[in-house]
Amino acid sequence: MNIPSDLKYSKEHEWVRVEGEHAVIGISDFAQGELGDIVFVEVETEGDSLDTDAVFGSIEAVKTVSDLFMPLSGEIVEFNTEIEANPEWVNSDPYGKGWIIKVKMSDASQLDALMDASAYGDLVGA
Amino acid sequence: MDKLKSTALTELHRTLGAKMVPFAGYEMPLQYKGLLDEHHAVRNNSGMFDVSHMGEFLVQGKDALGFLQKVTSNDVSKLSPGKIQYSCMPNAEHGIVDDLLVYCLDVNKYMLVVNASNIDKDWSWLQSYASNFDVQMENNSDSISLLAVQGPKVAELLQSLTEVNLGDMTYYTFQRAPFAGVEDVIISATGYTGAGGFEIYLPNEAAEQVWNAISALGVPPAGLAARDTLRLEKGFCLYGNDINDTTHPLEAGLGWITKFTKEFIQSDSLLVQKEEGLKRRLVGFGMIDRGIPRQHYPIVDKDDAIIGEVTSGTQSPSLNRAIGMGYVHIDHSKAGSEIFIQVRGKSLKAVVEKIPFVQ
Repeated sequence: MNIPSDLKYSKEHEWVRVEGEHAVIGISDFAQGELGDIVFVEVETEGDSLDTDAVFGSIEAVKTVSDLFMPLSGEIVEFNTEIEANPEWVNSDPYGKGWIIKVKMSDASQLDALMDASAYGDLVGA
Repeated sequence: MDKLKSTALTELHRTLGAKMVPFAGYEMPLQYKGLLDEHHAVRNNSGMFDVSHMGEFLVQGKDALGFLQKVTSNDVSKLSPGKIQYSCMPNAEHGIVDDLLVYCLDVNKYMLVVNASNIDKDWSWLQSYASNFDVQMENNSDSISLLAVQGPKVAELLQSLTEVNLGDMTYYTFQRAPFAGVEDVIISATGYTGAGGFEIYLPNEAAEQVWNAISALGVPPAGLAARDTLRLEKGFCLYGNDINDTTHPLEAGLGWITKFTKEFIQSDSLLVQKEEGLKRRLVGFGMIDRGIPRQHYPIVDKDDAIIGEVTSGTQSPSLNRAIGMGYVHIDHSKAGSEIFIQVRGKSLKAVVEKIPFVQ
């Protein structure tokens, strides 16, 4: 299982990459493996400001559907619309081309509440 | 909770890297490499499922035919040795105890193949009627393994393992013959994928040997997840989803296996209901708006009034669009009817379609 060491992780299996005042968010390799073949990602909250743990979208795999949760609060400034046409990228490249949203963080100190790669690895039994 | 049962191949599935899940009291492979790969492999070429969790009952004796005529809805007298029939066991409340396959092994000797989740229930149900007939029953579920080798290329691929001419076997027939070095195997031209192929019944001791012989011919493993998407594309009912103890055989679209030319449990009252007209119908539908229907999602009309419920749904890997089945009020059951599926609070447009979705 791939758990890059330069990312932060939430208990809901989202990852966060900090880019200045922005956080890029996707789902972990573990999460995509559990969901199985992903067939679409729905995000209708672009432009909205959401709190930590709020649902910002949903992800449909062939067999199941799962909500997507904000790992930290902020404004959703971008949705990776390329994954609408290529949802399988969330499976094949969850930390790269399969990123889901970009958030303008409202409070960067919330990053401290997230797990590092080692703690997340313990959570998922890696 | 009771400990999960394993099949003769459980360890092998683990070695192959399968994701194992509890299913009907068994630990079963959900998928190996991935659902989509496995689905397409079966639909277009070949794949092999371990479905040893299925139950097998032997029914024999002087009254075996009469007994099965009473407890199943299809006309068992149409069977002769080597032939198979899809059927259901109606219960006393216009519901369905189980759907099953009936194999005619010999005159007054039959094998019933039932759903794993219903083995105990079916056994008790059948026992309660068997006392009125001169029949003996054996539950062989724990000693028989079942491999479903499915796909359009399977007859050709497996031919080297048997002297039976696989290409000549017609749908819903079987032969008992040596297969992959195992003496008495049932080779059955059936399956739950609509992709063609065979189901192989064999003793547990021989399961690994036969699985390996088939794998060596290039047939990849496939899991229960692909089995479900494959069956749904063909509109085959899944017990527990589309049919259950409360669903009416005729409302479920099983009129074609419900023969009123003979008497069976509840045949009189089912016939009355048929003549009075059905209230609801199991239909197939395709999504127009984007969204995937899932079991238990409400089905509504254009004014958001509830007209039914989704029983099965998925993204169809073959068609690359979302499809489902569900019960709707009879007024909305014609192909072409516009219906709406409530997906997480939103009413998404769908249209009733003829099944199978995939020809």
